[in-house]
Amino acid sequence: MSDRLKITLLLLPAMLIIVLLFFGGLAIGLMRSFNYMPVIGLTEPDLSAYFLVFTDREFYLSFLLTFHIAFTSTVISSILAIGAALLLRRNFVGRSIVNFLFQLNLTVPHLVGAIGMLYLFSQSGSFARLAAEWNLIAKPSQFPALVFDPYAIGIILQYIWKEIPFIGVIVLANMQSIGEDYESVARSLGASRWQTFRHVLLPLIFPGVLSASVMVFAFTFGAYEIPALLGANYPAALPVLAYRKYTDVDLAARPEAMAMAIIIAILSAVMIYIYIRYSRRRIRG
Amino acid sequence: MSTRKSLITSNLRVLTGLVLITWLILPLIPLAIWSFARGWFFPDLLPKTWSLNAWNYALSDTAGVLDSLWLTIGISLAATVLSILVGVPAGRALGMYKFKGKEIVELMILAPTIVPGIAVVLGIHSVFIFVGLNNTVPGVILVHLVPTLPYMVLVMSGIFANYDASFEAQARSLGASALKTFWYVTLPAIMPGIIVGGLFAFLVSWSQYILTLLIGGGRVVTLPLLLFNFATSGRNDITGAIGMIYILPGIIILLLTARHLSGRSGAVGGFGQI
Repeated sequence: MSDRLKITLLLLPAMLIIVLLFFGGLAIGLMRSFNYMPVIGLTEPDLSAYFLVFTDREFYLSFLLTFHIAFTSTVISSILAIGAALLLRRNFVGRSIVNFLFQLNLTVPHLVGAIGMLYLFSQSGSFARLAAEWNLIAKPSQFPALVFDPYAIGIILQYIWKEIPFIGVIVLANMQSIGEDYESVARSLGASRWQTFRHVLLPLIFPGVLSASVMVFAFTFGAYEIPALLGANYPAALPVLAYRKYTDVDLAARPEAMAMAIIIAILSAVMIYIYIRYSRRRIRG
Repeated sequence: MSTRKSLITSNLRVLTGLVLITWLILPLIPLAIWSFARGWFFPDLLPKTWSLNAWNYALSDTAGVLDSLWLTIGISLAATVLSILVGVPAGRALGMYKFKGKEIVELMILAPTIVPGIAVVLGIHSVFIFVGLNNTVPGVILVHLVPTLPYMVLVMSGIFANYDASFEAQARSLGASALKTFWYVTLPAIMPGIIVGGLFAFLVSWSQYILTLLIGGGRVVTLPLLLFNFATSGRNDITGAIGMIYILPGIIILLLTARHLSGRSGAVGGFGQI
């Protein structure tokens, strides 16, 4: 058997699944977003669904909210994860506990974390009860709204909880394979701690941080269940809005949902591209 | 002076470590307490009465939680086995051969790890209507392959990149059949990859929500769907118990494989999907 044939046969099943399900799903979504579906008699493609989406005020609010959630969560988690990794590579009491908890959190699904945040930060949650215990508030409604709130604080807190270990584990492995020799050299040549970190360690771990945070950004931008559980009703995150349109009793809203799905796919691809380009340039400069 | 300074930094380190530990376990605490509480009202810091009601309910035959647990295990196992069957050959092709268009193939296989599920599943849903896969377990298993397969291929191509195929040729020249060669030579060598990739595939499938919700159409109720329903209906005690059951497989898998998991493996990216 020639190599060519062998490679084709080895790849065929996986490519069939990816092409049919993933790219097929995208392609059908694209067709339906143009109101084009010959099977059900729609043979005249048009842009009406996109027109409806782009003239809807809720869409813009929803986009801004989703971007805010993804961007804020990614930046805060990345910074804290680097800090945690710096802490974890030194020996200290409790290091093995943190290490274990890092791995534990990686296996706990986002949804469980989201419910935990709900019970911690809602107006009758654990922190509200602590505030009542210390006589800071008298009734639940006096506690600041941290879930179902317009700033998506609960959602962001959940992502930070879940993504610090994710980015942290990757960065820590990176640091351990780099070793400390480069930093020792920089220090012995008179660099300060901060200079050593900024000009020696950070550029070395940056590729790892970047790839991990790209994954976090993509996930937080497209996730459904966390904003569905912890988010405000209006505006809702984009994936929640798309799902609502799709399951609307009015089937005419479906092309609009498809248009949003396509916009989500394009936006996440574009933003990841910009993010990678921009960050690479910054670190080189 | 310098010893005092290092004492301060080491104390600071311990303090930061403590804050980190607290933050990492914090969200799981109210969940665990709720599962043993009977009516835990504001402003009580701890429940006034404890009870096993939620656990009795969750573990009873009639409540449907156990049915949902078995269903979820079945779906995730099936998605894992299919990912292995399809992902191992693909990983071999990508890990061992250089060919024209390889980068495009890799990009296509990795695309589902970046493009959100909601963007794909609406289109899949409207096709599955025509082929009768909506609201069925096989339909849900198939759609779970979209997020699980890329990690399986990723892990396996890493394994095959460091794999020496000449052992296979030696076995064949000594008279072993293709099947025997695979069973006694190839399989043992790639087993660690199959285990790690399989566990990732299992956990990624285990945590799927929106794909199951849409393709299952409310008929295929896996644990995360049940958990979400109880969480939004305000039954915090039962939510707590189901939540504890739901995180158990991940913890078991972690205890079994902690030494295999390192941030250096590309597969760790799979954790980003859980």
